[in-house]
Amino acid sequence: MEVLGIWIAAFLTLCIFSFLYRDNPFYRFAEHLFIGLSVGYSIVVTIHQGFIPLAWEPLSEGVNALQSELTSEGTPETKEALSGLFKIIPIGIGLLFFARLSPRHTWLIRYPIAILIGFTAGAAIPNVLQASIFEQTYGTLTPFAAMHAGSLSTGDIVGAILITIGLICTLVYFFFSVEHQGPVGWLSKVGIAFLMIGFGAAFGNTVMGRVALLIHRVGFLINDWLGSIF
Amino acid sequence: MSKTTQCLIIYLVLCLSIGTAFSQGLAPPSNVAAVDTPNDDGSSITIKWDAAPEDSGISGYQILRRIAGSGLEEVGGMLPAGSTTYVDSTIEKGSAYVYIVRAVTETEATVESEETAPVKGTGEWFHMGKIPLFFGMILFSAAILWNLYDARSGKEIFVRRIPGLEAVDEALGRATEMGRSILYVLGLGQVDNVATIASMTILGQVARRTADYETPLLVPCNDPIVLNVVREMVKSSYLDEGRPDAYNEENIFFLTDSQFAYAAGVDGIMIREKPAAIFLQGTFYAESLIMAETGNSIGAIQIAGTDSEHQLPFFIAACDYTLIGEELYAATAYLSKDPMFLGSLKGQDWGKLVIFAAIVLGVILELSGVNWITTLLQRVR
Repeated sequence: MEVLGIWIAAFLTLCIFSFLYRDNPFYRFAEHLFIGLSVGYSIVVTIHQGFIPLAWEPLSEGVNALQSELTSEGTPETKEALSGLFKIIPIGIGLLFFARLSPRHTWLIRYPIAILIGFTAGAAIPNVLQASIFEQTYGTLTPFAAMHAGSLSTGDIVGAILITIGLICTLVYFFFSVEHQGPVGWLSKVGIAFLMIGFGAAFGNTVMGRVALLIHRVGFLINDWLGSIF
Repeated sequence: MSKTTQCLIIYLVLCLSIGTAFSQGLAPPSNVAAVDTPNDDGSSITIKWDAAPEDSGISGYQILRRIAGSGLEEVGGMLPAGSTTYVDSTIEKGSAYVYIVRAVTETEATVESEETAPVKGTGEWFHMGKIPLFFGMILFSAAILWNLYDARSGKEIFVRRIPGLEAVDEALGRATEMGRSILYVLGLGQVDNVATIASMTILGQVARRTADYETPLLVPCNDPIVLNVVREMVKSSYLDEGRPDAYNEENIFFLTDSQFAYAAGVDGIMIREKPAAIFLQGTFYAESLIMAETGNSIGAIQIAGTDSEHQLPFFIAACDYTLIGEELYAATAYLSKDPMFLGSLKGQDWGKLVIFAAIVLGVILELSGVNWITTLLQRVR
């Protein structure tokens, strides 16, 4: 059985690699199989990790608890389970997505979309402010406190100064309501130079990671697949 | 009694007396207190105690807790010797707990503190540590609102040239002239992702133009909710342009939510449909180069944009134009020239100016030994 798995994996790997030559039936087969399997898998995962534990179970427990309360058989546990009935609100909002199926009621879909985007954008803004602005500013300024205390090495001092110059110039590059001419233009040019140096380093670093993935795959073909033949 | 037995007895007595002396010298953890963790949802209790002297022989601490009427249980395993706090995040809300801190030596001798007073975890409505963040948001919102008001009252707002966005019309025109489709890829972000929201608003602007030019617009999505939002946005754009008849819902479809299956599918679409223009806008991960290279190989004009800094180098290398980070957020204002978006863009520039000033001032103050800016920032962390 294990050998069969290796053969299937090797065949599909070669099917995908065949795209390097050109589009062909083997690639198309692997592509459609991959997409179909991934969609099927994600549906099962969504049902088991989303729908059942987050919607079905709390709601059905809430309904059962309500029945117990109405028949005066309530216990502290059933009182707690009653909170599951509140799930009807998000479930109801989520069900509005299905309004698309009826052309007359398709406008209803705008409500869950508005709630979702409003909520997620509102939740994201403080996090972005904290993580991308406050944390970064703090991280930029901290070395200068150490510099004042005399506890920073020469290399670290140069690093801190370079980071601050890079940060300020890059920030200038992202000013959109100012014409990039004169000193602003010069600062933004230095900023884009810093960006490109950063991107170059990230490029090299990531390519190394990707080559490692390729080596791993070729290693599978040579050791596991060809190794099972010879 | 033999000499060996005598020696053995003397040895045992000595060991016992040394052990007793040592355990008598081992002081229990002092000033142990359990308090409800501030600024949380009531799901934790913080236990604090005084640091033991370095020569105390303590090798670690154990935390014991009990709910009234039940036995002691250990939580959190062995804490290192220098510990003075522990946050118990495994409590049941509404139950009162008492805690004991047990000091453990290398010889596994133990000594326990007295029980703390019972304490319950209670949630707070407001995280008081976030007040500076709140004021920061108020100021930022005020700057945006001020500029929105300015823009709506007719004041012209300048926006600098962004080459990647100037190429949008060129790309759409090229696709129209060639009679081929436009492929718009939103990446792998979900609807809670800022870059995905920005990408959807750009798509709205692109859709306005494709409605005018009657150019097919293909949008493969990787998230069902994004799919619904995108369909609604594109439909609105076609309606706004007075071309609802040109809108084809089937061109906006769900592919898969799996990263590389999505990349394989998009590659397949590129090879078979041969779109003349490809937009890669949104959140991308390792699949970015696979898509950008395939788009490049079919000779399509490619305009990419993302705030994923690790993918930007690949887009810069493989695409004709790339929107870097913030440029993606500025794109809607740039393309639409809508006063609302332009005012918001200028408000964001004011925000950046404040950050710029804070950094310059902060550096000067830190070098002078005044650190109130870092103290303020530290409070928000």
